[in-house]
Amino acid sequence: MTSKMGALVDVTRCIGCESCKVACSLYNGLKPEQMQESKTTPASENVELAVSRWTVVQSHKFEKNGEQIRRFVKRQCFHCQEPACASACFAKAMQKTPAGPVVYNENLCVGCRYCMIACPFEVLKFEWDKPFPRVLKCQMCPDRIEEGQMPACASVCPTGAITFGEREKLVEEAKKRLAEKPNFYVNHIYGLKEVGGTSWLYISDVPFGELGFRTDAPEKALPEYTWEVLKWTPAIFVGWGAILTGLYLYNKRRAAAHDEEEMYAPVDPD
Amino acid sequence: MQKKRWTFRITGLRILMIALVIIAALICLIRFIYGLGSVTNLSDQWPWGLWIGFDLLCGIALAGGGFSTALIVHVLHKDKYLPIARAALLTSLIGYLIALVSLFLDIGRWYNFWRPFVFWGFHSVLFEVFWCISLYTVIQILEFGDIFFERVKVYFPPYKKILHKIMPFLLILGIVLPTLHQSSLGSLYVIAANKLNPLWWSMIIPFFFVWSAFFLGPAMATIEGTLAAKTYHRKPELHVYSDLTKVTLWMLIIYLIVKVIDLSYRGVFSSAFNGSFESNMFLFEMIGFVILPIIMYAAPGIRTKQWGVVTASVLVVAGVIFNRLNVVFTGMAKSLGGQYFPSLWELLVTIGMWSALILLYCFIVENFPILNKEEHVSDRRVSSGASIRA
Repeated sequence: MTSKMGALVDVTRCIGCESCKVACSLYNGLKPEQMQESKTTPASENVELAVSRWTVVQSHKFEKNGEQIRRFVKRQCFHCQEPACASACFAKAMQKTPAGPVVYNENLCVGCRYCMIACPFEVLKFEWDKPFPRVLKCQMCPDRIEEGQMPACASVCPTGAITFGEREKLVEEAKKRLAEKPNFYVNHIYGLKEVGGTSWLYISDVPFGELGFRTDAPEKALPEYTWEVLKWTPAIFVGWGAILTGLYLYNKRRAAAHDEEEMYAPVDPD
Repeated sequence: MQKKRWTFRITGLRILMIALVIIAALICLIRFIYGLGSVTNLSDQWPWGLWIGFDLLCGIALAGGGFSTALIVHVLHKDKYLPIARAALLTSLIGYLIALVSLFLDIGRWYNFWRPFVFWGFHSVLFEVFWCISLYTVIQILEFGDIFFERVKVYFPPYKKILHKIMPFLLILGIVLPTLHQSSLGSLYVIAANKLNPLWWSMIIPFFFVWSAFFLGPAMATIEGTLAAKTYHRKPELHVYSDLTKVTLWMLIIYLIVKVIDLSYRGVFSSAFNGSFESNMFLFEMIGFVILPIIMYAAPGIRTKQWGVVTASVLVVAGVIFNRLNVVFTGMAKSLGGQYFPSLWELLVTIGMWSALILLYCFIVENFPILNKEEHVSDRRVSSGASIRA
């Protein structure tokens, strides 16, 4: 598969029904008590992702043209094109698949949590109460995508707020929608350029900063920063090693011999 | 009493430290059975806490004395510093062992710790850190083997023979590897480009980390030499400490200049003075722990006095610790949100860990030829020569 799959979320079409969240929990077999909890606390501004909530719907209230409005934002892993978590993982437990999803392999994971430090969106969650904890997040239903199906969440969305497809085509679709209603939408596709692009894209009629999106994400892919530093490693290893060898040999010729065995002794503790 | 005996004097303080080590071990047991959440205050917002921020990052930095002393003594052959060479190697070795134990304690799926040796995630900074620290610890153990077999006279000639042949190679690798991973511990945060406060985030944060770990070495040797001298009623090697300040002084000045250039180049120099919590912490770090030691080291009236050189060295060491904690906690606080303060259990484990370090150090210097013989004899009754190696 050459084309990477993705999803486009149109915030203006979401009604906050949380079908996506329920479908996600059911398909991935996440803990059911979280679903009960969601009955008592419907979509709210501060509901966060968790080990048993791979996707949540956050609700935000706004004043627009003198009117009270509400916007719902589905949150999950963005599945970066060049994921910081995967580049940070030293055991290859996080991998970007050719189809698009960034998936986690618990069998390789060491549990160091550097991926959590690296993730620019803080979507990775850790099983703090388990003796052998995993790092959990949305996997973008890689098995379903393999079979040509949509991720569970996208398949149940009743309003068309989530469009699943090839990322390139989704970008075209998003641009088309922005062009059709330039006064309605904010002229920004979130995820098109953020951290080098993400598989999940968002368009909205409210500025993204007010919807809880990070607006400080650089356009450069985060792994590139690391690589710019890391690429010097072999050169430093060889160069510094050569300098030290030279210095060592040069100074050794002139140095007086010492009998180290005569220099040191155990101390008397009394 | 010609036979060497293993000795370990028991004092009240040492019993207390042994108790602290046992408490820490029990807490570790709970952590392994019930998970990290049962004893730590770590959370999804604060995935790294005291054990990584202090025990690992500061522990490895404080062990920087090992490679800077190796460079000064064995490569540049500044022989006047030989008296402190073995002590620096020992502290470094114990520091790394403690750091590795902390790391093992902190990783969730510890039985997988060997995976990175097989699955080469070479695009990760942690991969480099992991390999370098592991290899360097092995090298330090080999180097220590030389000292070990001076004391333990088992008939094992091939080891010494081989070791002496490859010693130059080990020495040089033992400087290159720590140079790489000390800097890489800083590079870990390069990927947190939109998270770490720009006062600390920089593309040259690896330079700041390795540079500070290096100049910390002489300061650490001064403190530890003074402590050892106090404990064992010896004369502190003041002339060595005073001479070493030259190294630290120049490196501190360069550190300060590069810091200013880096901040100006990235256009965040003014944010050091905007009165925010981060800016105040940053100024405190730079004035209290960089500029002040520069002044103290530069003044002959201070650096040639025992109190002066020790005070300035304490500031340098505290400054490096403060810097690492600022990177891990202060600089990340705003973007991570929430709060983190280590739990009592986390603190007790850390205290136990460092107690173990001190106990191990005492045991080894009391039984192995680590400290300088001459100073020892000059300060003690010669009749106690029985304890000196036969």
